[in-house]
Amino acid sequence: MLKYIVKRLLLLPPLVLAVSLVIFMFLRLSGAEPALAYLRAASIPLTDQSIALAERQLGLDKPIWDQYWHWLTHAAQLDFGTSYMTSRPVWDDILYFLPATLQLSAFALFITLALSLPMAVWAARYRDKWPDFSIRGLAFIGVSIPNFWLAFMLVLLFAVQLRWLPAMGYGGLSHMLLPGFAIAFMSLCINARLLRASMLEAQGQRYVRYARMRGISERRIERTHVLRNSLLPIITAVGMHIGELIGGALVVETIFAWPGIGRYVLNAISNNDYPVIQCFTLLLTMIFILCNLLIDIAYALLDPRIRLEANA
Amino acid sequence: MKLTISAYIGLTVFVMLLAVAVLAPWIAPYDPSAINLPNRLAPISIDHWLGTDHLGRDVFSRLVMASTISLGAAFVTLVLMLVIGVGLGGLAGYAGGRTEQVIMRTCDVFMTFPTVVLALFMVAILGTGLTNVIIAIAITHWAWYARITRSLVLSIRHSDYLKAAKLSGVPAWIRFRRHILPSVLVQLLVLASLDIGHVMLHVSGLSFLGLGVQSPTPEWGVMINDARQFIWSSPLLIIWPGLAILLSVLSFNLMGDALRDKLDPNLEHEG
Repeated sequence: MLKYIVKRLLLLPPLVLAVSLVIFMFLRLSGAEPALAYLRAASIPLTDQSIALAERQLGLDKPIWDQYWHWLTHAAQLDFGTSYMTSRPVWDDILYFLPATLQLSAFALFITLALSLPMAVWAARYRDKWPDFSIRGLAFIGVSIPNFWLAFMLVLLFAVQLRWLPAMGYGGLSHMLLPGFAIAFMSLCINARLLRASMLEAQGQRYVRYARMRGISERRIERTHVLRNSLLPIITAVGMHIGELIGGALVVETIFAWPGIGRYVLNAISNNDYPVIQCFTLLLTMIFILCNLLIDIAYALLDPRIRLEANA
Repeated sequence: MKLTISAYIGLTVFVMLLAVAVLAPWIAPYDPSAINLPNRLAPISIDHWLGTDHLGRDVFSRLVMASTISLGAAFVTLVLMLVIGVGLGGLAGYAGGRTEQVIMRTCDVFMTFPTVVLALFMVAILGTGLTNVIIAIAITHWAWYARITRSLVLSIRHSDYLKAAKLSGVPAWIRFRRHILPSVLVQLLVLASLDIGHVMLHVSGLSFLGLGVQSPTPEWGVMINDARQFIWSSPLLIIWPGLAILLSVLSFNLMGDALRDKLDPNLEHEG
């Protein structure tokens, strides 16, 4: 097991290096002009002199590999430069906004798992009866609905019409329910479909027929034989969901005036605030990679086939 | 070919949408950009079937004109994704060796980014606008197609009919085009038909954020963004464009599922 974890950890540095290289090189090769963006954000008139000065200050006159090395070594020490817009260190700004986004994403992940499980169990239990049909129908709509529009529909229903929940703002559970659900809906539908299919597959297995022959109750078979074996594929799917949920949170939180990083990054994009964009992309990708690493390890811990193979 | 009811519904809706998108200038009763401030936020009436928006523009006309851009953008993105994915994936599977290594490791790197984050990054460096959004989404998705293309190519590379073609002196490019590409493309089209709804959600999402199509031009995501300030007073304004997106994506997904069941019984059926 330890060997497996070490092997996975050894893959991490080259991956992070490659990701950082993509982020840095795409920006430089895209024809983006950081010096001009910097001067515009600072409202300094664009003259040959000021451009030359800005280029020297930002280190743009050095060879590109030196620039990359400079950026990478500073990034490793959490120094991502200063934002062109706010003139504050990028890292401080991002650290200020990111927790709210991650909180919302985590809540959406909780909703995804908490709702998809009973939905799938119900659908699989009443296969090809009305509960199954209604859940399949719902799941089909779920994968086709734009999350940002769903957010508005939820606001219309629960905040404008019924007045049960606040329409926007930062706060406790009542403030998180609408955005969380809007973000989670698609992942939860995909997850329910996946789990249902995997449960139906498990139900066809011989050990289930054997358990039935031994006279074990259907509920117990469902719990101990079907569900437990169906949960493994879900764990891998969660890795994919995390990326979608964070992406969803970035979009949906702007609708609810949730004080996350979405609005800040959109401002950075429209102002060509490149240090912010680099830091944001690198950091969120790192979080995504780490989540997937943890999930892979959890998977290996739970699945005896992988666990034993890794030990062998 | 026998089709299920859901496939028929999907096909019907899709054909209707396509007709609307192609014939949009003739269907739309008004100029979608004609501003008429005295008649702003008008309710549903005989003159304005779905009312007017905050600038007095006819919502129905905007909805119809937007279908051309929304559907067109999704198709163009998909084609671009397929071209990059099939090109690089096919090259990797066909050439092998060092080329394959480089392409597949590049794929791995692109697949480690969360898609929305990478799309935002690409828009940030390329600039806003529909063209750049299309490029950004293609760049975030091509790796999946490249990977699948490579595995499909590998699975037929050692088949007898390819060896026969090689023995009879057919040049490599012709072998690829005539003996590999057709069978690979059929399978990829099934995947693409399942993906196009997803792509459409991405495009409209980025336009909603103000990064794609810019405001006077009608597009469903832009229309939702325009209508958001009036959600308390005129909630219908925000409902129509969303329904249009939902309906299109639903029809794509229904067709994709039907296509998969018909053409590719080997693919796992999630139901």
